[in-house]
Amino acid sequence: MSPITPDDVTRREFLETVAKTGGQSFLFGSLFVNTALLRLPQAGADPKSRAEAEVGKGIVYGFVVDTTKCIGCGSCVRACRAENGVPEGYNRTWVEQYTFYPDGEVFVNSPNGGENGFADPAPTRNKPTGPEAPMRGFFVPKLCNHCIDTPCIQVCPVGASFKTDEGVVLVDHERCVGCGYCVQACPFGSRYLNPETGTADKCTWCHHRVIKGLLPACVVSCPAEARIFGNVSDPESTISRILATNRVQVLKSFLGTRPRTRYIGLDSEVI
Amino acid sequence: MHHYITEGYVLPNQAHIYWTTMIVLYPYITGIVAGAFIISSLHHVFDKDELKPVSRFAMVMAFAFALFATLPLLNHLGHPERALNIMFTPNLTSAMAGFGFIYSTYLFILAVEIWLVYRTDIVHLYQNTRFPALKPVYWLLALGVLDISKEAEAVDRKVMIFLASIGIPAACGLHGYVGFIFGAIKANPWWASPLMPVIFLLSAIVSGVAMVMICYILIHWVKGKETSYDCVHALIETAWYFLIIDVVLELLELVNHAYMANEDWTILKQLVTGKLFVSMFIIQILLGSVIPFLAMGAVVVFKEKVPAMARNVIGVVCGLLLLAQVGAMRWNVVMGGQMFSKSLRGFLNFEVDLYGREGLYAGIVIFALPFVVIFVFSRLLPLWGNVDTFPKEWMKEKPPVRQPLKGWSKFTS
Repeated sequence: MSPITPDDVTRREFLETVAKTGGQSFLFGSLFVNTALLRLPQAGADPKSRAEAEVGKGIVYGFVVDTTKCIGCGSCVRACRAENGVPEGYNRTWVEQYTFYPDGEVFVNSPNGGENGFADPAPTRNKPTGPEAPMRGFFVPKLCNHCIDTPCIQVCPVGASFKTDEGVVLVDHERCVGCGYCVQACPFGSRYLNPETGTADKCTWCHHRVIKGLLPACVVSCPAEARIFGNVSDPESTISRILATNRVQVLKSFLGTRPRTRYIGLDSEVI
Repeated sequence: MHHYITEGYVLPNQAHIYWTTMIVLYPYITGIVAGAFIISSLHHVFDKDELKPVSRFAMVMAFAFALFATLPLLNHLGHPERALNIMFTPNLTSAMAGFGFIYSTYLFILAVEIWLVYRTDIVHLYQNTRFPALKPVYWLLALGVLDISKEAEAVDRKVMIFLASIGIPAACGLHGYVGFIFGAIKANPWWASPLMPVIFLLSAIVSGVAMVMICYILIHWVKGKETSYDCVHALIETAWYFLIIDVVLELLELVNHAYMANEDWTILKQLVTGKLFVSMFIIQILLGSVIPFLAMGAVVVFKEKVPAMARNVIGVVCGLLLLAQVGAMRWNVVMGGQMFSKSLRGFLNFEVDLYGREGLYAGIVIFALPFVVIFVFSRLLPLWGNVDTFPKEWMKEKPPVRQPLKGWSKFTS
C-alpha cells in the first residue's frame, strides 16, 4: 500500500463536491419528485377510458348505489357484519344520513354506521335558538370503492393488497404486516385494522359469495334495491343497463382514484 | 385500539387512531440519527474543525439511535413476525417498501464507518487493557483485524472518506424519505405536501444537533470537565441556521394551506386553532422556535462577548426547547393528520395511552435504549476523542503518538 500522496487531496475535494451536490440534488430532487407524484396522474394509471378498460375483458364487477332509493334501514350494515364477521366498532359498509336546513347548514350523522337504522328521520340541531325544521334529507350508503387506480394497493409495502382480474380489491391476510399505511392512504375511510386478526380489512364486495354466483350480502338484504352489483363488461347485465340509463357520480373524483362504486343522485355535500 | 370520543361526523372506521405514540417516535428517532450524523460529517467531510470535540460522539449517537429506529415500528405492526416481508416481497410502488433497504444500507454504512474510526483505538485497547476479561471483547470489536501499521491506517482513512461522503446523502435519504411517507398520501390534506420531506429533514438536523449539544454540555458538566468554547458556539450556530430554514418552511406549509383555502382548510383551520393549538402555536412555534431563535441568535451575534457559562446554559435550555419543537412537529403531523376525519366534518379526541404496547411508557423505554448503548460504549471506547482521552488507569501503557497524516488527520483525532 503506497503512502498518502498529495493526489488524495484532489480526491478529497472531489468527494466533498460529490457530497455537497448530492445533498442539494436530494433537496431539490425530493421537492420535484414529490410535486410530480402529487400533481401528475398516478403511476400505472390506465389512460384508457373506463368503458374501454372494462368491456370485453371477461367479468369485471361494478357496484351502483342509488341514493334516491335508500331508506336508511341499516339492513345492509347488519347483513355485512353477520356475513363477514366485522368486529364491533368497525364497518365494511355504513349508511350516512344527510339533513339540510334552510340556513344552509348540513347535518351528517351515522350512529353505529347506521346499523340500527335512524331513529329520528329528521334530526334536529342542538342550537340555542331551538329546533328548526329541516329542508330536505337523504341517506347515502358507503362501502369500498374498489378503485381502478387505488392508493391502498399502491402504498402496501409488502404487496398484501391486490386487485383481482374482476377488479375487486382484496387483502391477503397471510401477507399483511398490519402497518396501517393502506388505512391512511384510503381517501374514503373504507379500511380498518382488524383488532382480531391484526391485519388490514375492508369490503370485498363479498368476493367469497360472488365467486359462487351469489350476490354480496348487502345487495341481497337491501329491501329498496338501492344497491346494484354485477358484471359491467356484460352490456346485458342489470348494472350495465342502469349505468347506461343514469347519470352517475363517484366520490372524491378529484383524487383520480377512479372508483368502481358509482352513485346515482349524489349531492355535492357528500364527500 | 380505542374507540375515541368524536365531535361532528367522523367516518365509522376513523373513530380509531391507527398510528399513535410509536409512529410519532419513529421519525423522532430517525431524525436524531440523521441530525447527529450530519454534525459528525460537518467535521469529517466539511472541515468544520470547531465540531471536532463532538464528532465522534455524534457518530456514536447516530449509531445508537439507528440501532433502535425500527423498534417503534416493530412494536406497532399487527404482525411484527412478518416485518421482513418488506424486504423479501417488497411492493415497489409503495413509499414504505423502501424503508428496509434504505435503513439497512444506512446502518451498514454507519457501522463500518464507526468501526474504521475506532479500529486503531480498539486494537490499542486490546493490547493494553488492564482488564483481561475485556481482551476478547476488544478482539471481537476489532473483528480480529489487529494490523495498525501506517499502511493499514491509510486504507482505513480512504474508506472512511468514501463512506462519509455516501453517508451524507444516505442520512438525508433516510429521513427525507420518512417525510415522503407522509407527504405522498393524497388522501390526507394535512400530510399531502411536497414540502414534507424537506421539513422532516431540516427538523431532523435541528433535533440531532440539539441532542448532541445537550449531551456534550451536560456530560462534561457532570464530569467536571471544560467544554470547548468554539465547539458549543459552532453547535449553537448550526442549530440556529437549520432552525431558521426549518421553521420558515414549516410556516410556509401552514400559510400555504391558509392562503389557498381549499375545501379542506375549513377543517384544518379548526384543527390548528383547536386541537393542535397548544402543541403547534405554544410548543412548536413560541417555546420551540421563537425563544431558541432569539437566545441562540444572541450567542451567534455577540460571539465572544457571551460568557462561557451563559453560552452553555443557553445551549442546554435551547437544546431542550428544540427537542420539544421537533417532538411537537412530529406530533402535529402524525397525530394532527388523524385527529380529523376524512369526512372533513368531524374530529377525534385523542388521548395518549400510558400503558400498553403502544403507550407512553413503552415509548420512553424505547427512547432510553440508545442512551444505554452509548453508556456501554463509553465504558469500552472513548466517546469524546481518541484513546488519549480514555481513563489512564484502564490501560497498561500510554498509547503511541501517531503522526497526523496530511489531509486525513481529523478522522483519527
